[in-house]
Amino acid sequence: MSKAAELAALIGSGQAQGNKNLIINGAMNVAQRGTVASATNGVYGGPDRFSINEVGALVVTLSQDTDVPTGSGFLNSMKVDVTTADSSLAAGDLAYLGHRFEGQNLQRLKKGTSNAESVTLSFWVKSTITGTYIIQLYDNDNARHISKSYTVSSSNTWEFKTLTFAGDTTGALDNDNAYSLQVYWWLAAGSTYTSGTLATSWASFTAANAATGQVNAVNSTDNNFYLTGVQLEIGDVATPFEHEDFGTTLVKCQRYCAIITSSGTGSTMYRDYYSTDTMVTSSELPVQMRTTPSMTMTGSGGTSSTGFTYSNLAATPTLAPASPFHILVYRGVASSARTYIYLTNPTGELTMEAEL
Amino acid sequence: MNITSAKYHKSPTGEDNMVIETSIDGKITWVPLDPANSHYAEILRQVAAGTLTIADAD
Repeated sequence: MSKAAELAALIGSGQAQGNKNLIINGAMNVAQRGTVASATNGVYGGPDRFSINEVGALVVTLSQDTDVPTGSGFLNSMKVDVTTADSSLAAGDLAYLGHRFEGQNLQRLKKGTSNAESVTLSFWVKSTITGTYIIQLYDNDNARHISKSYTVSSSNTWEFKTLTFAGDTTGALDNDNAYSLQVYWWLAAGSTYTSGTLATSWASFTAANAATGQVNAVNSTDNNFYLTGVQLEIGDVATPFEHEDFGTTLVKCQRYCAIITSSGTGSTMYRDYYSTDTMVTSSELPVQMRTTPSMTMTGSGGTSSTGFTYSNLAATPTLAPASPFHILVYRGVASSARTYIYLTNPTGELTMEAEL
Repeated sequence: MNITSAKYHKSPTGEDNMVIETSIDGKITWVPLDPANSHYAEILRQVAAGTLTIADAD
């Protein structure tokens, strides 16, 4: 094919028109939660949108790190630091980094049709343990999967990997805001997930075929696993990484995790009035989240060792996520008197999560 | 996801349950009554399995 024909094909595929990377935060630049220690199954930490998943003894610290491949243009990576190893894997033990997608964002894959698209995953990886690693795509709507292997050749050395997965003509992905697909970066797998033949073609999910050949990368507290430059795109070739400005990636991440911090003047979520009934304060979220989020509060410098400073409330305030775009904080008052509340400066923080 | 407690809280008007106060992985987490929320879906799963009970609101 001539260069002109290649270019025409590329433009026709949509890959050259921006927004080609299905992965959010593949450059690992947004890390709203910061370092999360003692992370176990289903915990998000370090760079947004990537979670650790495990069964067994494994405990890790997830963090954003500045260790990156030289000359690659990346500034940050995901670091998985093993703090409690799983050196003797039971049959059902597992460990993987996961990245989940909403079905409505994957309709361009045309999965479940005769025109199903192949996809190519590319990424930089650095791991203490050399050997065979498995990448799995899991279709949560139809319980189907496909896996490919790659090799980490040198210990603690950045290596670039690309893997292409065929399109799946079976099982359409739901066109909604729910979890439809996940990419697995396997780190360890017990015999439940390795005793069969690796599913290198799309098939109904069979656990024994999910991670055959996977090395145990979490068998020592000396082990680290780094990841950056992650791109999943339509087609059979890996194209150059699509760098985004920080603000664009942050907004994408805030659909799943948003954090409100106290302002410099301590007036965030401030409400002050003479009340005889119920004090209610509210805040709009920075973006409309995927669904109504869960809320956690951090900070202990406020009233009753909470993240809020308040007066004349009958008890600690109730935190109520009210919709995908606003939250409430409220409580009945103790007496007819001046009543106020605000997010404590500088430590008060509210984290809203609507992860898949 | 380790959920060790759950309790309903009423809305500001005091009429309906609006949110569940839970302890998830050791952190107090306020979960909306939204089936699309993954925490609420897990709470419903554990309630159905008989491993978690949601206490009534005050």
